[in-house]
Amino acid sequence: MDKLNEFIEVAGEPGAYARRIRASGRSVIGYYCSYAPEEIIHAAGLHPVRLFGTGGDSGIADRHLQAYCCSLVRGALAESLTGGLDYLDGTVFPHTCDSIQRLSDIWRLNTGHGFFADVVLPVKLTGESARQYLIDVLQRFKRDLESYFGLTVTEESLRSSIRIYNTIRSCLNEIYELKSRNPGLLTGRELFSIVRASMVMDREGLRDKLQALLRELREGVPGRDGRGRRLMLVGNACNHPDVYDLIERSGGQVVWDDLCTGTRWFSGAIREEGDPVASIAERLFERQVCPSKHKSPTARGEHLVAQAREHGAEGVIFLYLKFCDPHSFDYPYLKGYLKDAGIPSMLLEIEDTLPPEGQILTRIETFTQMLGPETGAALTGASRTGREG
Amino acid sequence: MPQTDAEKKRKFRSAKRMREIMTEYYIEAKTADQTGKKVAWITSGGPVEPLIAMDVIPVYPENYGAMIGASHMGGDLCAKAEALGYSTDLCSYARADIACALEDGGPIGGLPKPDMLVCCNNICGTVMKWYEIQARLFDVPLFIFDTPFCHVDFAEEARRYVRTQIDEYIGFLEGVCKKKFDFDRSMEVGRLSLKGQRLWQDVLDAAAHRPSPMTAFDAFFFLALIVTLRGTDKVVDFYTELLEEMKERVNQGISAVENERYRLLWDNLPVWYRLKWLSDTFAAHEACLVADTYTTAWCGSMKYIDENNFIDSMAEAYTRIYLNIGVDEMAKTIFAMIDKYEVDGLVMHSNRSCKPYSFGQYDIMRMVQEKKGIPCMMLESHMVDERSFSESQAATRIDAFMEVIRQRGPRAGTAL
Ligand code: SF4
Ligand code: SF4
Repeated sequence: MDKLNEFIEVAGEPGAYARRIRASGRSVIGYYCSYAPEEIIHAAGLHPVRLFGTGGDSGIADRHLQAYCCSLVRGALAESLTGGLDYLDGTVFPHTCDSIQRLSDIWRLNTGHGFFADVVLPVKLTGESARQYLIDVLQRFKRDLESYFGLTVTEESLRSSIRIYNTIRSCLNEIYELKSRNPGLLTGRELFSIVRASMVMDREGLRDKLQALLRELREGVPGRDGRGRRLMLVGNACNHPDVYDLIERSGGQVVWDDLCTGTRWFSGAIREEGDPVASIAERLFERQVCPSKHKSPTARGEHLVAQAREHGAEGVIFLYLKFCDPHSFDYPYLKGYLKDAGIPSMLLEIEDTLPPEGQILTRIETFTQMLGPETGAALTGASRTGREG
Repeated sequence: MPQTDAEKKRKFRSAKRMREIMTEYYIEAKTADQTGKKVAWITSGGPVEPLIAMDVIPVYPENYGAMIGASHMGGDLCAKAEALGYSTDLCSYARADIACALEDGGPIGGLPKPDMLVCCNNICGTVMKWYEIQARLFDVPLFIFDTPFCHVDFAEEARRYVRTQIDEYIGFLEGVCKKKFDFDRSMEVGRLSLKGQRLWQDVLDAAAHRPSPMTAFDAFFFLALIVTLRGTDKVVDFYTELLEEMKERVNQGISAVENERYRLLWDNLPVWYRLKWLSDTFAAHEACLVADTYTTAWCGSMKYIDENNFIDSMAEAYTRIYLNIGVDEMAKTIFAMIDKYEVDGLVMHSNRSCKPYSFGQYDIMRMVQEKKGIPCMMLESHMVDERSFSESQAATRIDAFMEVIRQRGPRAGTAL
């Protein structure tokens, strides 16, 4: 499909794309977390771009971070210190895990990318005080942007950004849904590229391109047949398109995910009425929760099981970056919840590079083979209502 | 080896009293179900005063973690947690406690079961995940006291948020305890808490004397009370006595390390299972670890407390604690300690268990070298999980570090 090419290209070289944007005269603001209030950045006429921490584990990070730090944080710092992020006019650090929290300090003290903001979000996303605080924090962020760049973020521009983001998110959600219903429609790598590029591309253009792509996908692609056991991918940020290929080669296919670079980024819609900043806050407050935030002691487990059932996942692969505290703490309980729901799971822990291919293949193959006889239960109406079951 | 007289003299007589108090405290906590008192598990830096005002017994899994570490049970318990699926890279306090809670193992036969959980994230994000686990296990109410991180300052909106949570916290306690909160009582508890913190700071300050009457290892030991019984008169009485003892030692010229020649500052939590070894190793180099950033954290935010308005000022005091501030702010605290205690070097414990404490240490180290010009070293461990600690490696590093210090000679003013 031609329409996919640009996504694949941008996903492969997000930095090159961001550089072009900057060359066109727009300021580029980077962030590492799906809780970044992108709509506000966009409404300010700036270009928000997700950074992936793919600077590699070069020795330069050793000057600031111990070896027991996740590769995302190390890679992020390395990329900045080696000049790989020279296209940035600013960075925003929403508060998430302890490692990012300290990365933000180290970043503020050692790098120079222009605008810098900590968006110290509430850690608990329940209760009225946290709800109000989240709104206050976003208001402050908006003021910070305005004063640094000398501009005004109008209510109108916020509303327009919200509409664009709502369309983008609902398109991505529908593409995921289509793939879940008909896994052959897109390969895992293609889906990965679509989401990843969406975090980088000019959002207006992106909206139009996603809508066009969606129209084509709705027609279905004849002759493509999705094979393999239906799996769900759960974890932090995924920087490895190869994982999808390996899963497909091992007799599986990813039909849904709970990833920071996946559904956690695009789930939830923003109310288009009322105060726009409050509405942006509301989505962040209500959206599918990340393990570094608290909703309830069981929120993630319940969500995961519901998602797995809804998408007829036969198994779950936890794909974790090593040294990631929030995810590692959740793992035993999530695994237990899935087990009680009759869904087997496996854990793949990776650092900045994947373990040898053969090793991963064998592990995933063993897993898919242990899933039991294939029920042939493609996603039918019956299994889609299996939520309560 | 029989103790020499000098060694006997160096022992703290308060140590015995402290053990008694801790034993009484744990007996009271463990028999709460018979006395009808409620038990709350609370994080070490959590706002405990309202609990005490409500007659709830606070129990600190982190203090318990330290006990586990000191009694060398950490490795086993952490391994049990790993068997349950918890990664070896997680905080070893959390891993050990999770394993204990499931099997009533560990020192003193496990902690008493909680009636509620109070988690304040002013120290780390780990505690939130850890308390979620315990909330699922014990199925009891959980209150999260969310203290926004202060990278550079304490924002107005954060102040409002934390202040509102104090009211929510009180409401939560009233609900669980089914009785009204007594504000007058809480004022009294607040005063005792502040008094305890002041006394603890005075005790630590005694180490500014040359030679120092105490070491950071003594501070690690005596810390337990300000953590577990903060807000009671027991703490005030005990630290008053301890301070008295410090003064006596100073007057009698008793030094914690024989022939103290070099003075060092320790950063991060202790290596709980190697306290004695580390203390002996440094002492053999005539070096005394006179102070540390960890035990100081329990009195570091006193300046924000208003004695006459404890409940309101609590918001700021509990938010701006040592671990909840930016790396540059932490460095400033360290600079001040270097001056105050006149130290010759900085020993940084790079603690795999505690990312918020350890990440940023390299930057602090560089700032210290630049601004204060003293040598620094790094020692890596997992504070409670002894399995990966290598004594020989640590000894080599310490030797090399002390060699640098020796070549520079002690700071001016050293009595010799
Ligand atoms: S991978 Fe985990 S530890 Fe690393 S930045 Fe993400 S949440 Fe934090
Ligand atoms: S040691 Fe560090 S990570 Fe563990 S509970 Fe304490 S502050 Fe949190």
